[in-house]
Amino acid sequence: MPSTGQDVSVGQRSPLLRLTAISKQFPGCLANDAVDLAIQPGEIHALLGENGAGKSTLVKIIYGVQQPDQGEIAWQGAPVRIGNPAQARQLGIGMVFQHFSLFESLTVTENIALGISDPEERRGLAGRIAAISANYGLPLDPQRAVHDLSVGERQRVEIVRCLLQHPKLLIMDEPTSVLTPQEVDKLFATLRRLSEEGCAILYISHKLEEIRSLCRHATIMRQGRVVAECDPRRETAEHLAELMIGTRVAAARRGQITVSGETPRLEVTHLSLRSEQKFGTDLVDISFAVRPGEILGIAGIAGNGQGELMAALSGEVRLADAGTIRINGISAGQMGPARRRRLKAAFVPEERNGHGAVGPLALDENAFLSAYDSRHLVDWGLINGRRMRDFAGRIIAAFDVRCRGVQSQARALSGGNLQKFIVGREILQEPELLIVAQPTWGVDAGAAAAIHQALLDLAARGAAIVVISQDLDEILAVCQRIAVINLGRLSVPRPVEEVSVEEIGLLMGGIHDGRGHADPAAGDRGMDQQGPDRQGPDRRRPGDGGREHLAGDEQRAVQA
Amino acid sequence: MRFKLESRGNYSALWTFASPLLAILLTIITAGVIFALMGHDPVAALYTFLVAPLVSATGLSELCVKAAPLVLIGVGLSLGFRANVWNIGAEGQFTLGAIFAGGFALHIGDGGGWWVFPAMLLLGVLGGMIWAGIPALLRVWFNASEILTSLMLTYVAQLLLIYLVTGPWKDPEGYGFPQTAMFGESALSPILVPETRLHLGVLAAVVVALLGWLILSKSMLGFQLRVVGLAPRAAAFAGFGQRRLIWLSLMLGGGLAGLAGMFEVAGPIGQLTPAISPGYGFTAIIVAFLGRLHPVGVVLAGLVLALSYLGGEAAQIDLGLPNAVTGIFQGVLLFYLLASDVLILYRPRLSFGAGRVVGRKSVGGSAA
Repeated sequence: MPSTGQDVSVGQRSPLLRLTAISKQFPGCLANDAVDLAIQPGEIHALLGENGAGKSTLVKIIYGVQQPDQGEIAWQGAPVRIGNPAQARQLGIGMVFQHFSLFESLTVTENIALGISDPEERRGLAGRIAAISANYGLPLDPQRAVHDLSVGERQRVEIVRCLLQHPKLLIMDEPTSVLTPQEVDKLFATLRRLSEEGCAILYISHKLEEIRSLCRHATIMRQGRVVAECDPRRETAEHLAELMIGTRVAAARRGQITVSGETPRLEVTHLSLRSEQKFGTDLVDISFAVRPGEILGIAGIAGNGQGELMAALSGEVRLADAGTIRINGISAGQMGPARRRRLKAAFVPEERNGHGAVGPLALDENAFLSAYDSRHLVDWGLINGRRMRDFAGRIIAAFDVRCRGVQSQARALSGGNLQKFIVGREILQEPELLIVAQPTWGVDAGAAAAIHQALLDLAARGAAIVVISQDLDEILAVCQRIAVINLGRLSVPRPVEEVSVEEIGLLMGGIHDGRGHADPAAGDRGMDQQGPDRQGPDRRRPGDGGREHLAGDEQRAVQA
Repeated sequence: MRFKLESRGNYSALWTFASPLLAILLTIITAGVIFALMGHDPVAALYTFLVAPLVSATGLSELCVKAAPLVLIGVGLSLGFRANVWNIGAEGQFTLGAIFAGGFALHIGDGGGWWVFPAMLLLGVLGGMIWAGIPALLRVWFNASEILTSLMLTYVAQLLLIYLVTGPWKDPEGYGFPQTAMFGESALSPILVPETRLHLGVLAAVVVALLGWLILSKSMLGFQLRVVGLAPRAAAFAGFGQRRLIWLSLMLGGGLAGLAGMFEVAGPIGQLTPAISPGYGFTAIIVAFLGRLHPVGVVLAGLVLALSYLGGEAAQIDLGLPNAVTGIFQGVLLFYLLASDVLILYRPRLSFGAGRVVGRKSVGGSAA
């Protein structure tokens, strides 16, 4: 039972949570090395670090998912042992994970009820959910099925689930990676409100601007250690980045870009496609073209049709009409990936392990996976091992892939290194068209800069590139034009200099320019009420999300 | 004290090879316990079951004769299992291979020439492929599980064989026994070593194993089969046609099972009877897994399982034990193999003191 009745006597300066010299060893990696951390009641505390810095391990220890090898945990001054997440929740610790654990076919109330074992507590749950969601500005209809909810709404379910327990500490793991700029604003308003009411928040992120606008205190981790403590509002983003990464990272530089007026390398006309997934997103009338030398960015929140678009472009899903997709002027809609590669196209799927690469296979075999044809690695049906290893070696050398050689298993590589290998494999085949999804997802800053530079260089050599990414900063850094995908529809691509982050955010939320899917004025209406009346027969109609995501009067763009 | 399995987070190369050996050891111990419970001296009984069949030259040649069909079928199944195509119906494909080749031999009778045997080889392969083609078609067109369809077709094949040997193809001079006439001389498999039953099928098994090894480790086809089994999405990304690989897997498995059936009736048996197979098609599934789905491993595993047939016969004759001993031995072996394979992905741990279950662990990887 949550012990929420007692008031914590204010004034005593012992921190809510104090970690002392926490260490955690994993095979081959010291994830946490004598980490100290103190969180005061009611403060918003940032835990900042790159992927692999040990943030996740540390919060898993706090939430009882993992046990430290050494070190002490003190909760409100008293030493505790947090054996499992249930104990953590009893203490008053709640956590919102980066990946949600919700059942698609159940309603909001049912999903939350699943986590509550006491039948007494389940009584009147829907009412309490409605009350909390109204109180904290988290509009949520308890009766809606989760598969109808946007990613932002799903996150609200997780937050409300935590708030029902009246936590004293709320851990948020990379909460904004799935949100539009407007949704981020709303989330921050909620978090500030919680903080004012005395709930401490441990906020995990590697987005510096966010942390500077939200947090009063930051602990910065690198390679398992705490390297700095600071007030992020007083530091520049550049300095925070340096602390986080350890060295200065040269941002990718655009060379002279010449978009020539030849035939488009890729031309998509009126692409509509029913999703093969049960709760997938259908593609609706997508049209765009990419010319030689051009990089087109496709932004959007996860789950808005990016996966379906990638499958249609790569040929993993074939189209009824061959002319819908033209590669270098040739109708390719009915070709599979191998034949599209022969038209000098290349693809980097979002998922590295199991899609772009085969984890249990060696790197040389993974090099073979997509390059067997263009690099002539097959003689008379037999694999030419020497040429295969040579090509893998070239990728490793050219893209600085840290590994034990061409024989190491793909899954033995870190995410960033494997991504460099996959991107390198495609780029070294000198494609004329490259379609890449989430090129730097979960990749450290150094590797991300290298990948961005490789994309820019490839475009400078005359290739056309499509970057499908949820990372707006990435798109703004490398692309010349940007389009936004929302509920399977693509906005008209526009030059990046001509659009503001605000506009992109609106598009991500479902307001399409001039297409009249939504009534922008609706955004000003009260967001704190649930809107069951909005569930017409077409419950997923575009604009639905947009109305909700449009917050009231906060105009600030956070991710600038 | 608690016993706990910890995820290794990786495949253990050592246990991939040690697991079959551990399974064989545990099976032998269990067999000894069963013999003792039945009132036999376990050491003597195990000697009769496992060693006696091997001490004579005849015994060794018989071991090869029994191993040949297991290896032929096992190699084909291994390649398919690599691609997650679960052809459980090799027994039926074996039967159809025997029917196709045997039917042709009966048609030729005592005539014919050198071409009869090669034609039977082709017909055997064809029969197996046709029978495996049905599940392939159903899988590709209707997404029907080949596990069920191929298994059920086994019984259809068996009934077809019984119908033929008790009906249209029954030997008119066979005193009413359900069997065909003996095949003519030109339809019989050449013998490799005089005075033994070592027929051409034994050599074919060795050649097929070597070819299977080449396909699996060096060929584009083997690579495709491995990738589609390990990561179907990566196979789609690479442009490897899933349907084509389903077809190829079943054609390989069915063709080799049909070839084994052909060799069995053209070699040791010499005619069609309802009992042309002591379950080779099913035992070959154990052979494939015990051999780690690798053609060379399949040869070794084929010899081990062939021994279980010989040992079963010896136990029947010398100890008066029922023939079910063979089935028990094979079943126990498969049981221990699946159990031992846990060690490939997990490490056993004994913990002392008041251990607590901590958190939820997500367990990745797939068991073979």
